[in-house]
Amino acid sequence: MIDVLAAPDQPTLEDFGSDVWWIVLIKIVGIFGVLVLMTLFAIVFERKVVARMQQRIGPNRVGPRGYLQSLADGLKLAFKEDIMPTLADRPVYFLAPVIATIPAFLAFSVIPLGPTVSIFGERTPLQLTDAPIGVLIVLACSAMGVYGIVLAGWASGSTYPMLGSLRSAAQMVSYEIAMGLSIVAVFLYAGSMSTSEIVAAQADGTSLSFFGLDFTGPSWYALLLPVSFVIYVIAVVGETNRAPFDLPEAESELVGGFHTEYSSLKFALFFLAEYVNMVTVSALCATLFLGGWRAPWPISMWDGANTGWWPLLWFFGKVVAALFVFIWLRGTLPRLRYDQFMRFGWKVLVPTALLWILVVATMRTVSREADLDGGQVALFVGVPIALIVLGGLLLASRANNRSTRIAAAKAAAGSIRPTEPEPEVLPAAGPRRRPADRRGPERAEGGYPIPPMDLTVPPSPRLRRATVVAGGVVSSGRRGSSTTPEEDGDV
Amino acid sequence: MTVLVAAAEGGVVIGTGEAIVFWVLGPVALAGALGMVLSRNAVHSALWLVNTMLALGVFYVVQEAPFLGAVQIIVYTGAIMILFLFVLMMVGRDSSDSVVETLRGQRVAGIVLGIGFAALVGAGIARAAEGTVVRGLAAVQGEEGGAANGNVEAIAEVLFTRYLLAFEVTSALLITAAVGAMVLAHTEREPGTRQTQKELSRARFLTADHPQTLPGPGVYARANSIAAPGRLPDGSPAAASFSTGVEPQVVDELPPSGSVGAERAGIPHSGGTDAALGTVGGTSTGTTPGSGEQAPR
Repeated sequence: MIDVLAAPDQPTLEDFGSDVWWIVLIKIVGIFGVLVLMTLFAIVFERKVVARMQQRIGPNRVGPRGYLQSLADGLKLAFKEDIMPTLADRPVYFLAPVIATIPAFLAFSVIPLGPTVSIFGERTPLQLTDAPIGVLIVLACSAMGVYGIVLAGWASGSTYPMLGSLRSAAQMVSYEIAMGLSIVAVFLYAGSMSTSEIVAAQADGTSLSFFGLDFTGPSWYALLLPVSFVIYVIAVVGETNRAPFDLPEAESELVGGFHTEYSSLKFALFFLAEYVNMVTVSALCATLFLGGWRAPWPISMWDGANTGWWPLLWFFGKVVAALFVFIWLRGTLPRLRYDQFMRFGWKVLVPTALLWILVVATMRTVSREADLDGGQVALFVGVPIALIVLGGLLLASRANNRSTRIAAAKAAAGSIRPTEPEPEVLPAAGPRRRPADRRGPERAEGGYPIPPMDLTVPPSPRLRRATVVAGGVVSSGRRGSSTTPEEDGDV
Repeated sequence: MTVLVAAAEGGVVIGTGEAIVFWVLGPVALAGALGMVLSRNAVHSALWLVNTMLALGVFYVVQEAPFLGAVQIIVYTGAIMILFLFVLMMVGRDSSDSVVETLRGQRVAGIVLGIGFAALVGAGIARAAEGTVVRGLAAVQGEEGGAANGNVEAIAEVLFTRYLLAFEVTSALLITAAVGAMVLAHTEREPGTRQTQKELSRARFLTADHPQTLPGPGVYARANSIAAPGRLPDGSPAAASFSTGVEPQVVDELPPSGSVGAERAGIPHSGGTDAALGTVGGTSTGTTPGSGEQAPR
């Protein structure tokens, strides 16, 4: 690792903070442009990929093969009417999309896009800045992004946005914990929290020796720390409010969730923030777990792969691959129920992440104290632990299915119905149905209140001009048979 | 100001950048604190407080403690204030503070006491810090790559050696609080009294007669009332879709050749009228709503 750090292309922490002002300006504008372009690309990409998964074509009208569709959508959004709801809290309503967007862009400033390159004669790393706490800056920005969503829901002064923002507050705070915990193992392995040093730490695999055979082990933390990687991937899907965890904006339950009342550019900002967040967590995933801008294995055998501007290609290849996984999940999985989702976060992800940190720390300590090399640690510690975990999972699933198997045996014997039969419906209508001494709606045996069957629905105000038939239609509240032809329009 | 003067006289010289950050963010932090006290709306107060906390986080970063700054932003503004907001949002949007003084003169007394206390504390700290030489955190915790290797390792070292007991006791306190809250909020339920959705769905699959969900009312029907049963492809009502407790009712049909469009356009046709749309138990079947005598059951 030392020789990697000493390599001229690998930036170290000392390389940051000494750029000329116009280099910094170029980098800032470049990152902004890249993020906006990635957003435009991601929207079209998502629509096309999901369309293919659903055996459709997707957008194919605007521009070559429909690839300018999101540009057209963005322009259209800008010309929409900007609506300020009457009940909105004006300053907060205005601030919320801004608060959502700015941290999303800010987080990308610590993502390393490539090695040290030459821009107009100046040697500078392809990264805006870095700090000893680089990754924590991304976490802090995502924590700030929650405010945008929460305040949007509150300031809208409407019920569905409020519910959506309450959901998102709980969701993002809990999944941030899982996300932060999943990264801790990476910090332990890399010995640093700065993004550029984490990339450097993934440059070379440790040499392993199994039974006298020497070969180079994997260097990506996705392979060295698989549990961390899986937890991170799940947690960021929850953190970015993407399907199947898109409960804050669940269309079928909350109309549009926190941004129901937003329109025009304010809505566009939320949209932008969501996709920029997606790009950022994908980039962080590539940085922490997939080797950053370093070329993947077959390409890395070429000497020039990790120098100059080539790494940009590998990096964005990894980012697009991660984005594809996001889209794939959306195209495949149905939305979780809210209680299942929170239970999963708190009872599965967080404890697993804590246990995994314990295991990783123990392995690090043992290997240092006993002076084992990587291959021996993997053999003597990793394999037994993996076996124990697999055995535990097997036992757990069998225990979980036990009640089902018992019920199945009983059902096969014909002794019981596995489900309780539904309570019998109410007796047929008539005088028995409604005893004279009972007033008001009563509850059916199933527990649901039922409307009185002899209710006369008052005439709808919309039908004022129509002659209301005496004893009009009861159950559906729709118009009677005397509807005039002119009023058929709104049926 | 005193600190700045003392710094200038001491060993550490404060750079221009740090001074600019201080003079920009200092008023911002102060404004946030004042806004928090003065705004009537609870959520606005919380937002002003967030403003102050963010400014403090930046101050930490500027004063060579980046880890502390990041943690301040992640933990305090990102988690704790969000939970505060969570509760405040539940309170309701229109609940702002009352402007009526319940005790006469309490506001004036409060302002006077507050300013007095601030002056006392400020003066005390200023006097105490007057002669001290400012060394700066960098000298204490070492530069990046130096002996203590920066803020992260310096904090870790102090936390896990000198203040280990306090650290552990604090964590025990927090865990106790969390467990206590869970115990208080826990609802007792006899184990095994309620089947989970998973168990129910598995059990449903074991009964061979109907593994899938029951057909919803109104499927293939011309009404969406729960009284309108779902219909099988041949048009007969599906008995499995009868709602519990509601008499299933027959939806009247548009005669086969009827056409709404034709009627609207005035073209003569042999069908009925559009008014038949969606009326449940209408006149064409002779069933009056509510009587339910012809329930197909």
